[in-house]
Amino acid sequence: MTEAVASAGYPTWGARYVWGGFWDALHAEWTKLRTLASTWWLLLAAAALTVTVSAAVAAAYRCSPGAVGGCGPAATGADPAKISLTGVYLGQVIVALLAVLAVGGEYGTGMIRVTLAATPRRMTVLAAKVLVVTGWALAAAALAVGGSLLAGRLILPGHGLSAANGYVVPSLANGTDLRAFGGSVLYLVLIALLALGVTTAVRDSAVAIGLVLGLLYLFTIVASVIPNKDLSRHLQQIAPMTTGMEIQATAGVSSLPLTPWQGLGVLALWAAGALLLGAAVLRLRDA
Amino acid sequence: MTVMTPPYRSELGSGRDGFWQLLHAEWTKFRTVRGWIIGLVIGVIAMAGLGLLTAGGAQSSCQAQGGPARSGGACMPSFPLGPAGEPVNDSFYFVHQPLTGDGTITVRVTSMTGLLPSASTGDMRPGLYPWAKAGIIIKENLNQGSAYAAMMVAADNGVRMQWNYIGDTPGQPGAVSPANPRWLRLTRSGDVITGYESADGTHWTQVGAVTLSGLPSAVQVGLFAASPQYTVKGQAFAGTSTIGLGPTQVTAVFDHVSGVGGTWTGADVGRPLDYPGFGSYHQAGGRFTVTGTGDIAPIPEGHGGDADSALTVTEFLVGTFAGLIALGVVAALFITAEYRRNLIRVTFAASPRRDRVLAAKAVVSGAVSFVVGVIGAAAGVLLGTAIAHARGYYVFPVSAATEAKVIIGTGLFAAVAGVLALAVGAIVRRGAAAVAIVIVVIAVPIFLAISAALPLGAADWVLRVTPAAGIALQQAYTQYGQVTGIIYSPLSGYYPLSWWAGLLVMCAWTAAALAGAAYLMRRRDA
Repeated sequence: MTEAVASAGYPTWGARYVWGGFWDALHAEWTKLRTLASTWWLLLAAAALTVTVSAAVAAAYRCSPGAVGGCGPAATGADPAKISLTGVYLGQVIVALLAVLAVGGEYGTGMIRVTLAATPRRMTVLAAKVLVVTGWALAAAALAVGGSLLAGRLILPGHGLSAANGYVVPSLANGTDLRAFGGSVLYLVLIALLALGVTTAVRDSAVAIGLVLGLLYLFTIVASVIPNKDLSRHLQQIAPMTTGMEIQATAGVSSLPLTPWQGLGVLALWAAGALLLGAAVLRLRDA
Repeated sequence: MTVMTPPYRSELGSGRDGFWQLLHAEWTKFRTVRGWIIGLVIGVIAMAGLGLLTAGGAQSSCQAQGGPARSGGACMPSFPLGPAGEPVNDSFYFVHQPLTGDGTITVRVTSMTGLLPSASTGDMRPGLYPWAKAGIIIKENLNQGSAYAAMMVAADNGVRMQWNYIGDTPGQPGAVSPANPRWLRLTRSGDVITGYESADGTHWTQVGAVTLSGLPSAVQVGLFAASPQYTVKGQAFAGTSTIGLGPTQVTAVFDHVSGVGGTWTGADVGRPLDYPGFGSYHQAGGRFTVTGTGDIAPIPEGHGGDADSALTVTEFLVGTFAGLIALGVVAALFITAEYRRNLIRVTFAASPRRDRVLAAKAVVSGAVSFVVGVIGAAAGVLLGTAIAHARGYYVFPVSAATEAKVIIGTGLFAAVAGVLALAVGAIVRRGAAAVAIVIVVIAVPIFLAISAALPLGAADWVLRVTPAAGIALQQAYTQYGQVTGIIYSPLSGYYPLSWWAGLLVMCAWTAAALAGAAYLMRRRDA
């Protein structure tokens, strides 16, 4: 009798298995993440680090006086939007860390067993975590990218990248800049999801953050130092950070290995792959 | 009646609790965790593997005008080598005569004029290249790369004494003109050549005295003129480009030539066919007008000319960055895992002096990282060079001493990074946060600097102030002040600090982190 009720209430697969009790799970995940002090600190740190680095790089930009044809866009090839967004290179570490800790923290403390006891549908737990982490990453990314945009607008015109020299001062009013800045927010969210998937798969925070950052930075370095030009281009088309960052380009777009949106699409595939892997491990292994 | 029971004493001898025992305990903890050993192996493989990928995957193709397409080793440049084995530029116009045994030559330079290429039209326009040179030289023979010592006036860089390509000593600054001539003198006495300068021909100042060991008795002496290839530095994010715009030319007028009395012969040293008609001389009475192009100087690595296709030791070491990520993870876990498993309480119970535990862990972490760094760098540099040579590729040469310096330097860099990661782990006590911090402060700055994500000035600053400054220990090639026209940037393997300054910056950060860790360990409950 009890068994019959249990199996009726908890189907093991299908839409009800995933969505049943989803709002409760979401609420639980939200509460867990919200009540950790570290989540808030990481949110602030991601935004502060990104904006600081972006502003510092924008302030360090100099048009070299000896360059052919002065400081115009054709001579320098400088991309004001990309310069304003340099901080994303560093901010992504914190965003990834936030996602890693959202899952890895539970494995570190053994909390995951409580979570899975309370919500035995593991896919529901993962879906709830994905949604909550997406929300946090969106908030962090919006703050970080918004601050970078502001820094770029204020600083770059004073360093030769002005409208008078023929540059487009970063603004959300034009399409390419909107793509660069809006796309960077999406980029950071996808990095968070990639990190979430990897952590669910390896179940250890330290190893997960090492893997994610190695995947991001190392792949990029490998792709750029390979002296074989064809192989290098192919690697640049699949390296998650290189392709994802193409969304930031507003100058020289035609010479990129992929178009900006294709680039972000490749990163999305990486994130989806990591989440699938994580889902498979979560479903198949004991916690 | 009471029975006096003696207090219990173990039959075992009391254990010693010296630092060595602690070190042994920590080493045992380290080596028995399989995951950490795997992490170290990954570190070595990543460190060496990336460099080997560079050496083994190099491909280049080239085609001379009208010739067949060639690839690989056939495209490699070959440079004349100087007396110390470094690649050099050695092409100039030389008005010379033989000199046997000791002797002196004295001249007065009264004017320097020149021509520069014009970007828009392709014609030449009047102007002097900043490092256009004219003066007197004593040279072993007319072959490229032979030993020499010279006194010269450089267009924007005043009087210089230069020798054997690398040596460069400044004299009086200022440009030369008929109203402001310069007297130059070179004296040979055995292997020692002394350079003097004077404003009036009577009051002489010694600029330098150099020993060219093994200089034969019969040498060539005379007047020379050389002006380097015109290059423009472009500062861009996608690398720093130097654009060559063609040859430049300098014409110098000499008089009051004394000390040598034979017959003068004019000759192009080097490759006159590249720029036919650029070198010449004209003698009228005691007045010599010498025109030349070219340079007598070392070729820096990555100078943007023929050597672009050359592989470099710096490229073979690119995997350091990857090895540091692996080391950072292992070194941070070495302490955070104890906190996570509560083993730290046992550790502190066994060894209540917490500073010594931290010190022992730091020694183990540093020593292990040193070994990983040395093995990774040695494999990358030695195997990389061997593979590149076997495939017929040109590797920009470094001396064996430099190879050793770079390999041991990488070990030191890794060792300090390992200690820093441990200290950060002890401070934050959480593996993920420690790993993220270590990667952000050591690996990401290197990434940003060498991947052209930052503008030049910012890249230099990042490698000055962050713990990543230690990468200066890997500096394999020399930056020459007398060779401009290339951008000495981290991207082409030139780091902003000297090796000891870089090490100092990194050690300062590490010392601060260790001090913080020791303080917190004492203050906090385990």
